[in-house]
Amino acid sequence: MKKIATGNKAVAEAVKQVQPVVIAAYPITPQTEIVEQIAEFVSTGELKSRYIPVESEHSAMAACIGASITGVRTFTATSSHGLLYMHEMTNWAAGARLPIVMANVNRSIGPGWNIWAEHTDAMQERDTGWLQVYVSTVQEAYDTTLMAFRIAEHNDVLLPVMVNLDGFSLSHIMQPLDTVETGDFIPPMYLPHAIDPKNPAGYGGLTGPDQHFKFRWDIERSMRDSVRVIEETEKEFATRFGRKYGFTEDYQCDDADVVVVSMGTLGKEAEVAVDLLRKEGVRAGSMRLRWFRPFPKLSLKGKEVVVIDRDYSFGFGGVLAKSIQAQQKADVFSVIAGLGGQEVTYEDIADFIRKRRIGEEFWFGVNDHV
Amino acid sequence: MDTIAEIPKEEYVLKCTSACAGCSDSLALRYVLKAAGPDTVLVVPACCTSVIQGIYPNTAFNIPVYNIAFGAAAACASGMSNAFRATGKKTNVIVYAGDGGTLDIGIQAMSGAFERGTDFLYICYDNEAYGNTGMQRSGGTPMGARTTTTPTGKIDAKKDIDAIIAAHNPPYMATAAAAYPQDLFKKVQKALTFRGPSFIHVLAPCPPGWRFSTEKTVEMGKLAVKSGMWILYEREFGKISINPQSKAAMKRPIPLEEYLAPQGRFKGIDAKTLETLKQHLAKNIKKLSDEEAEE
Repeated sequence: MKKIATGNKAVAEAVKQVQPVVIAAYPITPQTEIVEQIAEFVSTGELKSRYIPVESEHSAMAACIGASITGVRTFTATSSHGLLYMHEMTNWAAGARLPIVMANVNRSIGPGWNIWAEHTDAMQERDTGWLQVYVSTVQEAYDTTLMAFRIAEHNDVLLPVMVNLDGFSLSHIMQPLDTVETGDFIPPMYLPHAIDPKNPAGYGGLTGPDQHFKFRWDIERSMRDSVRVIEETEKEFATRFGRKYGFTEDYQCDDADVVVVSMGTLGKEAEVAVDLLRKEGVRAGSMRLRWFRPFPKLSLKGKEVVVIDRDYSFGFGGVLAKSIQAQQKADVFSVIAGLGGQEVTYEDIADFIRKRRIGEEFWFGVNDHV
Repeated sequence: MDTIAEIPKEEYVLKCTSACAGCSDSLALRYVLKAAGPDTVLVVPACCTSVIQGIYPNTAFNIPVYNIAFGAAAACASGMSNAFRATGKKTNVIVYAGDGGTLDIGIQAMSGAFERGTDFLYICYDNEAYGNTGMQRSGGTPMGARTTTTPTGKIDAKKDIDAIIAAHNPPYMATAAAAYPQDLFKKVQKALTFRGPSFIHVLAPCPPGWRFSTEKTVEMGKLAVKSGMWILYEREFGKISINPQSKAAMKRPIPLEEYLAPQGRFKGIDAKTLETLKQHLAKNIKKLSDEEAEE
């Protein structure tokens, strides 16, 4: 069915269709519209979930954990400080192998208070064992949220999935949305280690140095297995519903001499920048990274690479740039742009590409030599 | 129930826990689980109970136990209870948390869960310090008690968690003590008959923490009640009823010194602090007696 929706509403729409048994969430700008819409769906009975209006994000994730371990589907949504506040519990969710799905509306971290888009919030969760995917359109937010449940709950994965969408520049913008009949695309959840009083077991108790590493390795093993599950899920989604996704969205990359890599909504701006440069005779391409965990093997061999990071690891560099540099064993031009909602146009991105200096780092708006 | 013989013989706390000798946490838990029965999940934040259940892959508890981070027990139980009820299961969800996890780091999650009317039982076993980490002071440590972070005795008074819980108007709340297992058993059974949140605050004397010899665990609990330092009561829809044991003790309490003297943690307590403790004790007795008399 065709409609018009914001990124937030698209997420709520997908959640309505998969009918989690328990949703626990705490409001935070710019995620609020998701929880408001969900509360509305629950009040009208369109969504049969138990909606727990918890008193904090730490409790939101703890409640999802408590519900999920009984074997039922769960969902939450947060942003920025909310995500950081639940950090202890995001680790717990992954360690406990619970397929919780969370929408994170990417927003900067204070101080000072800034409610606009930045990826630093999710980047601080990158080592927790969560799968992370970044979307760029309203349609993609909806489609990816649907797929997230199937991927998380797949018994070869059983890890939580975080769907990231840029604050305001996606959460609050309206675009066309084509909803689908999910049918059996998302099978009922089965949790092999669900709590069962008839078969009592201890969960998460003391685990010694002779055992703990085995559980850590098991997370990594499943993270590696998730690559196949993601591919299968996206392939089946394309077959059933006609929209194709992948680990990356590549635009004009095949014959490109220079490729700009980014995540989220900036990836769409980058495609316009590529069109602009192609008219000037520059063979440019855009690679928008969708899945950040597991981190995919990127095909960038023989190309000059410009990476836009909407995040920063102080004392180290742009997280995406450093990750790509390490994987490709090659220098990149690292651009730090869009922090705290800083405006970055396709013209700006075209400029980053034109004036690239491979091996250097450039803070947009700080250094003036681009 | 009038005799201990009526308590079920099924054991859910099995032999070979890694509890210290004379541990009243495991003593209380034994009766809590006997009262709750097998269709129960225990939610345990970081506390002594996370340790005494044993080391993976072994567990000494014959009941599902979900361990969760320190400040998260009530929130976790909140999700669990909602999931069970949504899927038509009547399984008891019981939080079993220490005083640190209840009065301090877990108070926000607990307050939220009570305010939301979560269908669960929250039991705080109170050994009046962070026992698991080596007896640091908590909000539950009484004034004058020496802990590893109050080496000269705690200056501040014990936090009145029962008043805080009472302010949430739960259908049922009670105090109990590991030294009175039949009373505890009855209160747990009763608490589980109510829909919504219920709370039981259990005094759990700790031999290494309070520095008394291990055979005196039950005696310490009884002295606490006899001196009026711990008052056994229950509150049903706000209405208080004080246990007969405590009623007698409140009329003619034994001198507080008889309770404090066997405990190394109160050794060398100064006269002024002792006097303040006695004043607090008298005030609390009066408050609860007046409340009951008014009803």
